[in-house]
Amino acid sequence: MKTASPFLEIDADAARVTVRLDGADLSLPAGANLAAALLAAGVPVFRHTPVSGAPRGPFCMMGACFDCLVEVDGVTRQACLLTVEEGLEIVRAGPATAESADAS
Amino acid sequence: MQADLVVIGAGPAGMAAAATATEAGLSVVILDEQARAGGQIYRDVTRSAARRGDILGQDYSAGLPLAAGLEQPSITHVTRATVWQIAPDGAVAYSVDGRGAIVHGRRVLLATGALERPMPVPGWTLPGVMTAGAGQILIKESGVVAGRAVLAGSGPLLYLIAAQMVRAGTPPLALVETQSRRDTVAALRHLGGALRGWRYLVKGLSMLAEIRRAGVPRYTAASDIAVAGTDRAEALSFVAGGKRHRIACETVFLHHGVVPNMQAARSLDIPHRWNAAQACFVPETDPWGRTEIPNVFIAGDGAGIGGAKAAEQAGRLAALEAARDLDRISADARDRAAAPVRAALRGELAVRPFLDRAYPPYAAALQPADATVVCRCEEVTAGDIRGYAALGCKGPNQTKAFGRPGMGPCQGRYCGLTVVSILAAETGQGMDETGYYRVRPPLKPVTLGELAAMEETPAEDPAVMAADGR
Repeated sequence: MKTASPFLEIDADAARVTVRLDGADLSLPAGANLAAALLAAGVPVFRHTPVSGAPRGPFCMMGACFDCLVEVDGVTRQACLLTVEEGLEIVRAGPATAESADAS
Repeated sequence: MQADLVVIGAGPAGMAAAATATEAGLSVVILDEQARAGGQIYRDVTRSAARRGDILGQDYSAGLPLAAGLEQPSITHVTRATVWQIAPDGAVAYSVDGRGAIVHGRRVLLATGALERPMPVPGWTLPGVMTAGAGQILIKESGVVAGRAVLAGSGPLLYLIAAQMVRAGTPPLALVETQSRRDTVAALRHLGGALRGWRYLVKGLSMLAEIRRAGVPRYTAASDIAVAGTDRAEALSFVAGGKRHRIACETVFLHHGVVPNMQAARSLDIPHRWNAAQACFVPETDPWGRTEIPNVFIAGDGAGIGGAKAAEQAGRLAALEAARDLDRISADARDRAAAPVRAALRGELAVRPFLDRAYPPYAAALQPADATVVCRCEEVTAGDIRGYAALGCKGPNQTKAFGRPGMGPCQGRYCGLTVVSILAAETGQGMDETGYYRVRPPLKPVTLGELAAMEETPAEDPAVMAADGR
């Protein structure tokens, strides 16, 4: 799912750590906002909706819209309220397993 | 944990209130969802002003002294705190890192600010479509700027983010505005106030000049706005100047004003009324921000849109009255301290009637086409809502039983106003009569694990608190 990012990083000098996204290694800036870091890494789709399976990505970036829900270390959370740390296990709700998206 | 004043939200209103309250001798606990103070307007200002102040501008760095004002021993700033229940007696329940806790405030200030007015246009749920506020937050907190973006809607915030993108070296592909010349002419009636707020006009004009110099194409009176794409935003299409335009892009930032974030106040059943000039519901408060519940105050954009500088002053007023109320300062001392604050507040609000009239919401997003999704969470369309109205559904709470709008994780934050305006138009009732969603705790989803891990600190006996001077 990783594509060329539509976002540019102004200061790309932060130390990088490795997280796992759907089982694949991904290098993100340590301490960054997780939703912003994933967008900048070229990850536009964060989940698929439980109702129609439509793809969604971050919308408000301030914890209000819940469109950036991802499963982090087994708990469904808002990516825009999380910080990148080494070893995070991030799983996105696919169209087939979408029920987990509103489990929290 | 307990405090004289519990402040919810560390934006301009909350930060200013905390500092003023502590100067008057109150103990303060300030709860905020972010890792660092600032709210959304000054998001991450303590780190980013030094790094990106040149891009973000002086008005952003104005948040630094407010954030510094929280660094006092009598202020406890709880970061990453998600507040999920506020009781009328001042017990505020929140979670940090999956652990629940309760803080008891003798007075509570809701300083939860604004949300973007929902802008349901076709395609607004596609990945790559975000609010303009989100675009700004990405720049402020993360230094992440969209490479090929179109800005669409109306309001000064669009000029600000466009100017910031220009300074960051990636100008937007286009600025697609919905307000018309007629709106500008109608706004001239409020020019007197606007001239008193001349600093805002000068700032607006200089941002527009900056955008023009960068060669950003600008369209006004745009209509029929839609985002095209299958799995993500691929283009923005619209009609302007009698022609259909299609601009290929990867990101669309939508904005047509901000509205009070009502969730906390609504959960307490604080009465709201429709403000036609700002096209939003506003909670009823007295001139100090006190609500119908005497120990609960609201300050800042959550009490009506005034902007960051006005929010700061409103926060100070609420803190002064809370201090008077708790007998730390006399009514005279409160009034003396409040006089210059009120004068500053009036100055900040002077420009508002002009701005509200010059940049009205995009009409087609207030009454979206039938096929447009209005409730993002439950994927309920405008046509669904009209269908419920045709079946006799008169109010937004009843629509929940028909098709679940407002019942997803965002709890109606991004569909409430749209659902109410569609129902009002269908039934011919006013907005106040139509009403709003009944908001109930938990204000944010909370897990059973968080409840189980709750650190309940019993409230001290009020008599003991009084005896020891608290």
